[in-house]
Amino acid sequence: MSSSTSPSDAALASGAKDAPAPGTPGRSSGLSINVRQSGIYIAFALIVLLFTVLTDGALLQPQNISNIIVQNSYILILSIGMILIIIAGHIDLSVGSVVAVTGAIAAVLMVNYGVPWPLALLITLIAGALIGAWQGYWIAYFGIPAFIVTLAGMLLFRALTLTVLGNQGIGPFPDAVRTLSNGFTDGYLGNIGLGPLGGADLFSLLIGIVAVAGVAITQWRSRAARLGYRQAVDSIPVFLLKVVLAAAVILFVVVQLARFKNLPWVLVLLAALVLGYSLVTNRAVFGRRIYAIGGNLQAALLSGIKVKSVIFWIFVNMGVLSAIAGIIFAGRLNQAGPTAGNSFELDAIAAAFIGGAAVQGGVGKVVGAVTGGLIMGVINNGMSLIGAPSERVMLVKGVVLLAAVAFDVWTKRRAASSSR
Amino acid sequence: MTDDILRMRGITKTFPGVKALQDVNLSVRRGEIHAICGENGAGKSTLMKVLSGVYPHGSYEGEISFDGEPCRFSDIRDSEHRGIVIIHQELALSPQLSIAENIFLGNEQATRGLIDWNRTNAEAAALLDRVGLRENPVTTISDIGVGKQQLVEIAKALSKKVRLLILDEPTAALNDEDSEHLLDLLRGLRDEGITCVIISHKLNEVMAIADSITILRDGRTIETLDMATGEVTEDRIIAGMVGRALENRFPPHEPQIGEEALRIEDWTVHSPTQRGRAVVSGVNMTLRKGEIVGLAGLMGAGRTELAMSIFGRTYGTNISGRLFKEGRPIEARSVREAIQNGIAYATEDRKRYGLNLIEDIKRNVSAAALSKLARRGWVNDNEEFRVADEYRSSMNIKAPSVSSVTGKLSGGNQQKVVLAKWIFTDADVLILDEPTRGIDVGAKYEIYTIINRLADSGKAILVISSELPELLGLCDRIYALSAGRITGEVQRGDATQERIMQYMTKGLD
Repeated sequence: MSSSTSPSDAALASGAKDAPAPGTPGRSSGLSINVRQSGIYIAFALIVLLFTVLTDGALLQPQNISNIIVQNSYILILSIGMILIIIAGHIDLSVGSVVAVTGAIAAVLMVNYGVPWPLALLITLIAGALIGAWQGYWIAYFGIPAFIVTLAGMLLFRALTLTVLGNQGIGPFPDAVRTLSNGFTDGYLGNIGLGPLGGADLFSLLIGIVAVAGVAITQWRSRAARLGYRQAVDSIPVFLLKVVLAAAVILFVVVQLARFKNLPWVLVLLAALVLGYSLVTNRAVFGRRIYAIGGNLQAALLSGIKVKSVIFWIFVNMGVLSAIAGIIFAGRLNQAGPTAGNSFELDAIAAAFIGGAAVQGGVGKVVGAVTGGLIMGVINNGMSLIGAPSERVMLVKGVVLLAAVAFDVWTKRRAASSSR
Repeated sequence: MTDDILRMRGITKTFPGVKALQDVNLSVRRGEIHAICGENGAGKSTLMKVLSGVYPHGSYEGEISFDGEPCRFSDIRDSEHRGIVIIHQELALSPQLSIAENIFLGNEQATRGLIDWNRTNAEAAALLDRVGLRENPVTTISDIGVGKQQLVEIAKALSKKVRLLILDEPTAALNDEDSEHLLDLLRGLRDEGITCVIISHKLNEVMAIADSITILRDGRTIETLDMATGEVTEDRIIAGMVGRALENRFPPHEPQIGEEALRIEDWTVHSPTQRGRAVVSGVNMTLRKGEIVGLAGLMGAGRTELAMSIFGRTYGTNISGRLFKEGRPIEARSVREAIQNGIAYATEDRKRYGLNLIEDIKRNVSAAALSKLARRGWVNDNEEFRVADEYRSSMNIKAPSVSSVTGKLSGGNQQKVVLAKWIFTDADVLILDEPTRGIDVGAKYEIYTIINRLADSGKAILVISSELPELLGLCDRIYALSAGRITGEVQRGDATQERIMQYMTKGLD
């Protein structure tokens, strides 16, 4: 304890508006990288690089990028809901079965009963919400561990799927649903030549440019606001480097997609979900509550946080996202089948943990979970491109999951021993 | 030269920022019952943990010799091997296992790797007989009362061929009858040649059973009294425990006491685990604006339970009584309602109940009043940073920035974050439970200064503390709580440690 500070000036009047502390406006060195936070993105870049080399560049071909996105979209959507649940310190084992049952409901409504597709999708989303509410009630208000409730849900909703479908696949779906899960934006503005890269869709390119501009502007404004509050920010070169890097990745993906078949609709949906949920977790009161509950449940209770209601709503949210994933999955196969969504819960959970969620809760990011899902997607895709048998794919995914969590535990232990 | 079975010489044990024990000496004669007395936090439990190897050799300074041989225990198994067995205040029994299984837990009676249940149960029955417990050894622990569980612990110690038995507050949770039985048992064990060290707050008990008493205060040995002289009285022990010298450890403060802020009438709280047991009964209490009120009481007196039951009924069931805020009746049935009524409670265990240790300072500061920083459900995190940074500088929270993780701060700085969190809720009544527990003297002074400033800004403050000098130095008025009842109220001018200690131990016999 330093004795240089006289205790007498160590006090306050509550809510003092005057004399704001000059919070040392400084510039963070920028080169110091928080390994625990950014490790996942570095790992993702390395894995992409590895498979690009192994596949002689086939991984990053226009059609393949599109495939990776479309084939993994439902897992990525599930991982967004799952990360919220894991941050809160819970788990959801039922999402695979919920994907199946919501897909089945959508199919029965549209195919058997001829309900118009917008209404059918709305009913399906509501069904997903009700399923989430059912599980949320038992977990939050009745106090049964989520592991048990959702394990039961896994069986219940699989049984319900079989009942609804009458043990057979139902299809085909209306075109609108198939377009959402499998289709691409139209070439509204025609093509444009990109020199050696050939023709590309102008509309998609414009979307890409708008996205880049959006990233640059919001980042700049957030930096300016922080400066206004005399907070530490990245220096201009580091800031520019980050923005340019992000812009390059976005533009690369968009250009490749524009050269193939324009933007997949699921990518548009996914981008909107990632953006929206990132905002909720970072900036919304609701999102902050989730972290507070997962970080220290007792402290959250004693801070007046309505823990039960928060837990209830994140399970409702999971139900809705499962329904979206269920529609997309069924639409992609053009059929709702009894085995749909098998083991999706495991992929979604793995994505969240690879993406940096902590086993004890309280830590995790939406972008991290989606990146975790993409890592598994790239491994799947890359290994099948080089013709690896499926058992080896499974082996690698298992090792990656274990390694990711081991890394998390290791950094935490190191941090704990360096503090006192 | 007396025949000492145990000698501890110059024991010093330091935790980060705190000297828990400083040059402590303890000699225990063979075959006696030796009591260790001292206030909460005087270092009694720490000393026993050093002795039993919970804190291994090398983590403390000083020498221990047992039976004339030097001891360097690296864990609790080492000390048990030598016949030193400690029974903690919180019993370490496995509730779903049988009595016999618990007695031989970790010491299973096995032949060729398979447990011999007949031998286990037969030997358990013999041990139960020795401690006078008439129960079937196959009975499940959760089916017998706390008093009997205590006897099982002793039987377990006997099964390890105990030579020095250490009991930490053995009768704290027992009723009079069970306590009496336990004390008789200890006398019986003494006659069998087993030496006992007993830590107890109940001075009448200590007077009744001990052959000698060692008094600790602030981590130092004060004196060892021999009961055989017949000159030792309870007052004599209290005087040793509380000491005389009060240094200038408190910032000067002129209170400006205003109107009534919070009044509690006929407040009764029942235990959520033990049916029908009132933990707090019929408490009346008044807190005024600008006044710092102390709440004294021994461990188990119901201080935290009282505070938490007021704070949104976070403890207890079957709570009855009335709350008045500035004269008008209020309800605080949940933490939210309590906060809305301007009541805040800063917990005694900041790591478990107060802070999200994996989050940074600013998110902890805002946790209980996040809506103040939000519009339509969206948090202004720049504003959050500014608020937290104001507290950081005004409260002198030593951290590189408010984005520092609270888990890495020192205890004193963590406590300041907890205080900032509750001040930010705009509370008018702050209940501070052990606000200086586990923090060093310099940081304590800072916390006292903050508390004084809060009072000067018109807040009503209730300080719960186990350290009587702290209450005397800080508070304008002190309530004493004993066994869930207010047994005394002392104004600053009339307060002495002896007087408060007498109130605190009233009705414990």
